[in-house]
Amino acid sequence: MSRPGYGLGGTVRLGDRHLLRDAALPVAPGWTCLLGASGAGKSTLLRLLAGLDCTAQLEGWRDVPERIGWMAQRDLLQDRMSLAANVQLMARLRGASADPARAEALLASVGLAGRGDARPAQLSGGERQRVALARVLFDEAPLVLLDEPFSALDPARRAAMQSLAHTVLKDRHVLMVTHDPAEALRLGERIFLLQDQALVPLEPLSPPHPRPVGDSELALAGAALLARLGHAA
Amino acid sequence: MKRLLPLLLPLLLWQGLALSGQVPPYILPGPLAVARTLLAESALLWTHLLVTLSEVLAGLALGVVLGAGVALSTSLSPAFERLSHPVLVASQALPVFVLAPVLTLWMGYGPAPKVAMTVLLVFFPVASGLRDGLAATPPEVLDLARLSGASRLRALFWLRLPHALPHLGASLRIAVTYAPTGAVIGEWVGASQGLGYLMLMSNARMKIELMFAALILIVAMTLVLNLTTDRLLRRARM
Repeated sequence: MSRPGYGLGGTVRLGDRHLLRDAALPVAPGWTCLLGASGAGKSTLLRLLAGLDCTAQLEGWRDVPERIGWMAQRDLLQDRMSLAANVQLMARLRGASADPARAEALLASVGLAGRGDARPAQLSGGERQRVALARVLFDEAPLVLLDEPFSALDPARRAAMQSLAHTVLKDRHVLMVTHDPAEALRLGERIFLLQDQALVPLEPLSPPHPRPVGDSELALAGAALLARLGHAA
Repeated sequence: MKRLLPLLLPLLLWQGLALSGQVPPYILPGPLAVARTLLAESALLWTHLLVTLSEVLAGLALGVVLGAGVALSTSLSPAFERLSHPVLVASQALPVFVLAPVLTLWMGYGPAPKVAMTVLLVFFPVASGLRDGLAATPPEVLDLARLSGASRLRALFWLRLPHALPHLGASLRIAVTYAPTGAVIGEWVGASQGLGYLMLMSNARMKIELMFAALILIVAMTLVLNLTTDRLLRRARM
């Protein structure tokens, strides 16, 4: 049996509490966003999908490729390595050979041309997340998981990073966890809301994605979704 | 000049105390008398200094290599970590000085027991400091090792060790301070050369100025080792 994409499904338990009851989280090609209140278990689902250590247990299926791209809230740049070395980190960890020229090219593609020899400490928060994005690109993983990677950025940088990430990752299967309805609506071709141990599919905005920042439909839908989430809470 | 001022004040106090006549010179000779001895006996002092210094450096090198080796092994093998951790913790409570007579009994009067004493003093701070540093790598960073399927060795080299370097730096600073103490105690217990031996000998022969000259040299050697280590570690951002 083949599935349309990657994902996981079943029941997720955290001790004697349920995070998910007999539900599926499919990750089709393009951008899928997972919304939910703090503490609902969005990040836990993402860690389960990535196969990372977590206290929750999944009873069900999980379908992932061999390589998974990962961007967390913290950029996880290694301070003692140059930017180029940081971009190649996952390959180095895997034991693959280095490719400095490609690292430089990817740095250029995220707007950091010629900065390969710089150190992470010399960069702003937004620039650091660009390097983290280049690290994901270098690894060529078909599935990319994003755990609120832009939440610590100021609004202008956040919008720019969203657009950049959407552009460079548009051919991958992307799952982004966020608590920001506007971010989910702007980027998501599919949106799920994790609520009451269920995954509720929400109506995404029609293409194009990402919607422009000042888009009136985006603003209206964002406000409506915010009201709905606030009501539910 | 400003940096020498804190050193000058105790020296003046010392000289004042010696001049006051309250303390007899066979208890506390004045700094000028000690300085005269330092110059007059410089050849003798220099040979003994070289002996102690070589014991200290050999003990430091061996202790750091052994300590770092054990710490790195804990990161590569969870079984070794479970085995060695309680031993490392318990050994911190062992006053290693009490082993000095035993080491002399086993290794004789040559440099070996002094080096061994220094190794014991250096090994534990380095081993436990680096182990703690390696174990303190942020879990989010180790997620990258898990996601890439990195071997323990690659995760150690690319992720854990860089994060543990400041811990290792702190341990090395402590080790360098301890090392001369180890060598000197080894010499006190039984030796035929070295500054510790010279201190005991000159004390027994009532050459108090010579004893203080040896003491000053031990302090100076420790300070120089400290400053050099600190400078090198700073350059390596540790």
